[in-house]
Amino acid sequence: MKVLQDEVRQNIWKSYFIMVFFVLIISFLGFIIGYILNSQLFGFLLALFIALIYSAIAYNTGESMVLRMTNAKPLAKHDFPFVWHTVEALSLAAGIPKPEVYIIESDALNAFATGKKPEKSYIALTTGIIKKLKRQELEGVIAHEISHIKNYDIRVMLITAVMSGIIVFLSQMIFRIAIFGGGRNRKTHPAILIVGLIFIILSPVFAQMIKLAVSRRREYLADSSGAVLTRYPPGLADALEKIKEDSHVLKGANGATSHLFISNPIKKKAKSLFSTHPPIDDRIKRLREM
Amino acid sequence: MNYWLIGLGVVVLLIIFLYNALIRLKNQVGNAWAQIDVQLKRRYDLIPNLVKAVKGYMKHEKTVLENVTKARTSLMQAGNIHDKAEADNMLTGALKSLFAVSENYPDLKASQNFLQLQEELVGTENKIAYSRQYYNDIVMKFNIKIEKFPNNILAKTLGFSQKELFETNGKEREPVKVEL
Repeated sequence: MKVLQDEVRQNIWKSYFIMVFFVLIISFLGFIIGYILNSQLFGFLLALFIALIYSAIAYNTGESMVLRMTNAKPLAKHDFPFVWHTVEALSLAAGIPKPEVYIIESDALNAFATGKKPEKSYIALTTGIIKKLKRQELEGVIAHEISHIKNYDIRVMLITAVMSGIIVFLSQMIFRIAIFGGGRNRKTHPAILIVGLIFIILSPVFAQMIKLAVSRRREYLADSSGAVLTRYPPGLADALEKIKEDSHVLKGANGATSHLFISNPIKKKAKSLFSTHPPIDDRIKRLREM
Repeated sequence: MNYWLIGLGVVVLLIIFLYNALIRLKNQVGNAWAQIDVQLKRRYDLIPNLVKAVKGYMKHEKTVLENVTKARTSLMQAGNIHDKAEADNMLTGALKSLFAVSENYPDLKASQNFLQLQEELVGTENKIAYSRQYYNDIVMKFNIKIEKFPNNILAKTLGFSQKELFETNGKEREPVKVEL
């Protein structure tokens, strides 16, 4: 219980830290734009302005954007009453208000949670996962998502998604300016230009790496606190087993949203440093040992 | 003299802090209890519909239906937490036998109305179980908190007392036997 509370506090704190970190990267990108345009101040202000507008819009509409990108539709209670009941029951167990339930029309087995705070949050499930999992397995999956909500993981993940979006956007902008504009009477020192270009190429990678650092450990935590809710770890373990075996690919999931899902929707064969999710076998093993 | 004042200030702040923490937890307990109550009430309201839906089909299962109605009534009459928990357990058992018996009536199993009610009741059952788990977690936390030093001194002077867990005496926990 104590550990969880610390985690919540840490997550709220971490959200601010991530924002500051991203603002730093963004200002740096701004200086580079400025350098190319021969006015650092202008570049800085421009980048800051874009970042502010973008993040304000993206943060406020983030969850609806995510739901739209993944083609999630609100679930009517009579379509899958037991899903509705399970979500409500587990939010009672966690002591949070019931999240809104969304459905993704797909045979793939996947689920995610999003939102900014437990008072207004969303859980999306694919029709595949609802149909193919048994009640207890689905309970495990939903408990995992409810834990993401309760631990404020959803906020951290949303901010990270929004912020990495800005960085990718700005670096692309710089790329265009560097190639098409400001190229005529450039007096910039070539070394600075090279450093700038390297940075521009690397910044999306940085953004991606932060996304990973933020999300991988989080999955283990949500697995275990989900098990605390259902008091039945094998439920989620069995569910993950089925998810692992399943080969359907979720359309509409991409690099921007992949870290939100319970298991990586973009299935890659090779295990890499850059995967947003811990190896599924390892998660199953930990659950079996509980 | 100044040191005394600072010391006093620290103690007062500490008391305020502890007191607020206790109040917050106490309200959480109250809220958790309200959640159980909502679900108990929901199930209570659903049962007459179920009895009505089932009556026509299950002519030979009078006792099963009577048990359900009886348990429902005793839940309504239960005053304290312990009695409620007992009555709730009884009702759960009675419903379980009813659903088990219903397997013998294919017509009933085919009725959309019955299936809907069954899902609704099973769902509510789950919600009761989970809100009960949450309630007990919070109560446990509260009880531990007011027993710890120095909270216990403060709790005693301000009249905080241990809260009761929502649970039954051991023996009723065993699975209810279904007589067919």
